[in-house]
Amino acid sequence: MSGYFSSSVGRKFFMALTGLFLVFFLLVHLIANLTLFFGADSFNATAEFMGTNPVIQVMQPLLALGFIAHIITGIILELKNNSSRPIKYTKNNVGANSTWMSRNMIITGLMIFAFLALHIINYFIPIKTTHVENHYELVVGLFKNPIYAGIYVLAFIFLGLHLMHGFQSSLTTTGIRQEKYQKCIKTLGTIYSLVVALGFISIAVWFHFA
Amino acid sequence: MNLTLKIWRQKSPKDKGQIVEYKVNDISEHMSFLEMLDVLNEDLVAKGEEPVAFDHDCREGICGMCSLHINGEAHGPDRLITTCQLHMRTFKDGDTIFIEPFRSKAFPIIKDLVVDRSALDRIQQAGGFISVNTSGNTQDANAIPIAKAAADESMDAATCIGCGACVASCKNASAMLFMSAKVSQYALLPQGRVEAADRVTNMIKQMDKEGFGNCTNTGACEVECPKGISLNNIARLNREYLKASI
Repeated sequence: MSGYFSSSVGRKFFMALTGLFLVFFLLVHLIANLTLFFGADSFNATAEFMGTNPVIQVMQPLLALGFIAHIITGIILELKNNSSRPIKYTKNNVGANSTWMSRNMIITGLMIFAFLALHIINYFIPIKTTHVENHYELVVGLFKNPIYAGIYVLAFIFLGLHLMHGFQSSLTTTGIRQEKYQKCIKTLGTIYSLVVALGFISIAVWFHFA
Repeated sequence: MNLTLKIWRQKSPKDKGQIVEYKVNDISEHMSFLEMLDVLNEDLVAKGEEPVAFDHDCREGICGMCSLHINGEAHGPDRLITTCQLHMRTFKDGDTIFIEPFRSKAFPIIKDLVVDRSALDRIQQAGGFISVNTSGNTQDANAIPIAKAAADESMDAATCIGCGACVASCKNASAMLFMSAKVSQYALLPQGRVEAADRVTNMIKQMDKEGFGNCTNTGACEVECPKGISLNNIARLNREYLKASI
């Protein structure tokens, strides 16, 4: 198995697995955030649950590892891929054969990473280091800031684009893709990406203007 | 029609190389792209200049020898064809056409538009075969029943001519579509199952050694492949390799 993970295909498999783990996490995170729409009490209860539930506490370091592994492997793969064509084409009509999303996973990925850093500084560190009584107030306060809300919306547009390719790509890399499932995988990937991106964006926009 | 060609010229593997502009006149729309290059070369020879070196052999889309990255696409703008099957009617009078070699670290340039694609041969030699006795007592292939769907899929994969368009089109210069076709054509048949694990392991090892990039499933290879090899084969290759490694 050690040979497997040092091979190109194995590294990609690792990339896909960590990606799928994050795909699952995003859905959980979105569901938690959607409770904002039900008012302060339900969101505070959710935050309390997320902060104390033993399963979530075990998953948190795993999630951090998942993020770090996905980002580092992604950068390693990108560097290798870049060096595989040292002299670029003078004219390359890439738009004729592939989507922008599929070619720019590193750009959308790094944008999401930048947002993640901001999110950790603005929300995760404050709730871990200080005793936050009212999570609802903290979150809604952040959304009232036009710069933060703007960055938030932009970040989730990048996330949506990242997922649009990442979802189906991970199912090819893990070997789940087959002719008979492909249409379903594509549709599911598009729906998932739109739900996640628009879900988070709608929260930011709603609470900014509310 | 009259055309402007911007062609990559490189005297030797060590030479730096550059794009050089040429004019060709009175090109018939019925000519193949390679015939158009023949006309250019005849002009160049008549003028005492060095003709443009480019790969070609069968000129009927079977051998996989003709390469060329034309106007930013492997084998040019048309679909499901090799460069020898690309006709000049695809272009318009007055067009400027960029002609570059297939670019990849694993495909070093020999001269002008000619690249060394033997990396693909070495991948094939690492496992792209079945070990059968050919001493005269070979079993009749039809004696083993094979499901029609599997036979068809295997045949589709086997149509890969190893031209390298997948590598040339991939943003990562990955050879995964080629690899996946070669692995799939055997993986789908009972005769190929016997050595399936060793085959995929050895071929991937060789592929990585040659310096190809990693597949990111952009699907550019599938679009540019002259034989329409499907990305489904890449998923199969990934399954085969995982199975072989567990």
